[in-house]
Amino acid sequence: MKKCQQCSKPATLHITEIREGEVQALHLCESCAQEYWHSELESSETEDASNSPFPMSMVEDELEELDSLSCPNCGISFKQFRAQGRLGCPHDYVAFEAELLPLLENIHGDTAQHCGKAPKRAPDASQRQYRLIRLRNDLRSAVDMENYEEAAQIRDEISELEQELGEITDTTE
Amino acid sequence: MDLEALTEKSGEWLRGTGPESDIVVSSRIRLARNLAQYPFISRCDDTTKTEIETLLKAKMDEVAAGRRLQYLDVDDLETLDRQFLVERQLISREHADSTGSRGVGISDEETLSVMINEEDHIRIQVLRSGLSLDECWSEINSFDDALEEEVTYAFSEKLGYLTACPTNVGTGIRVSVMLHLPALVMTKEIQKVFQALHKISLAVRGLYGEGSQAVGDFYQISNQVTLGKSEDQLIQTLKDVVPNIVDYERRVRTALVKENRQSLHDTVARAYGILRNAQTISSEETMHLLSSVRMGINLGLIDNLEIPEVNELFIQTQPAHLQKLRKSELGSAERNSARASFLRRRLSGGGSGEEN
Ligand SMILES: [Zn+2]
Ligand SMILES: [Zn+2]
Repeated sequence: MKKCQQCSKPATLHITEIREGEVQALHLCESCAQEYWHSELESSETEDASNSPFPMSMVEDELEELDSLSCPNCGISFKQFRAQGRLGCPHDYVAFEAELLPLLENIHGDTAQHCGKAPKRAPDASQRQYRLIRLRNDLRSAVDMENYEEAAQIRDEISELEQELGEITDTTE
Repeated sequence: MDLEALTEKSGEWLRGTGPESDIVVSSRIRLARNLAQYPFISRCDDTTKTEIETLLKAKMDEVAAGRRLQYLDVDDLETLDRQFLVERQLISREHADSTGSRGVGISDEETLSVMINEEDHIRIQVLRSGLSLDECWSEINSFDDALEEEVTYAFSEKLGYLTACPTNVGTGIRVSVMLHLPALVMTKEIQKVFQALHKISLAVRGLYGEGSQAVGDFYQISNQVTLGKSEDQLIQTLKDVVPNIVDYERRVRTALVKENRQSLHDTVARAYGILRNAQTISSEETMHLLSSVRMGINLGLIDNLEIPEVNELFIQTQPAHLQKLRKSELGSAERNSARASFLRRRLSGGGSGEEN
């Protein structure tokens, strides 16, 4: 039996990947295979400079500046996104728009414009929902900071918004 | 849902009934969706995850109207049961292994499953036997339409459905087909298929390999691009490509039979012989031999066994299924002997008097 090429336990998964047109066979045990699925994405986005969607010419402090960007809604920084490969909230696509564009073009080709199915619901509903995320996030930090007056205010705003959103739901039904 | 009841039957996708089902094992479409009013999963604390799960579970019950969608609390399940659902392709390995509030709704026929709080808030999947992408799409699309009336999806005019990972943004769709390609593997022609698919941005993933062999005989082909093309276009790409691969596999099989029928028959017969007589056998060896037997049936070299039965054996000989059938937890060595005895029992009905 083949051994896992990472840790030499018995390999149970045999994966064929194609990278740059080259066929590559991987032999992994259960746990290394899992790690592989998880890391596959992140590594192609971050670690390996040759695969990086960010131009090589970008100097360190430019990247650092990029990394310090963060989403006002959920608080995730661009650096955190780069490390985990997962975004924090829908608003990140707006907050990191310019930074994500090269990545999107790298994955999907040059036309970064959706042309498939779309929800039939009121389009501005989404925008209000983003605001709701932000308010809930603010509420959490206000409570953490024991800033109860502000928290109460935010709570009012949230329930107002929730009511509006409820009405939208009602009219579409 | 009663998991014990599930062990007794098999999902629709194993039935081996759809078009081209001698080579196309199954077709699958999944959609990634997120609720607009919550952060993505990685930024959700446990309270929020529970809130999302409760909300979606209730909505799903409304949407399911007319069909039963049974809900399983994945966080509550034993490790073995989670593994069991992975083997049946009803949940992903990530979903089984992660933590916190999460679940899955499963339809009676096991064609539709809806994971809650996986990488995205909602992952809808439809899985059917044979080459049946249109059926998959119409089933998943109508479920998605119905759910969309109940909740607000995160969506933008420019980027479509917004997903936790930028690789899924846009349509949020992954269209895939599982192919059984033993002849292309045997003759190494498969390399050409890889190159061709790579050129048109389709991903190929091989699974189920045997220890000594670099690649197995099952390959999943799926789209990589999700943004800038419509669902129909992405489905059409696979519908255009798959028949060519199926043809190719059939041509190579015919050539193999013509050139060396005896040697091919020998390989198939030996595989069948080992499966019916082994006293201990690993999961990998089982997969490898079942693959030969599966091709043998399609070529008329084995005549007392049917494809759906072999399809079932692929699943039922996997570790969690074996243990559920045995109703006890087994170590690796015990599993290998349990697997062999299970195979002997299941394959002895053929009426050949070889076992004595
Ligand atoms: Zn390993
Ligand atoms: Zn965010």
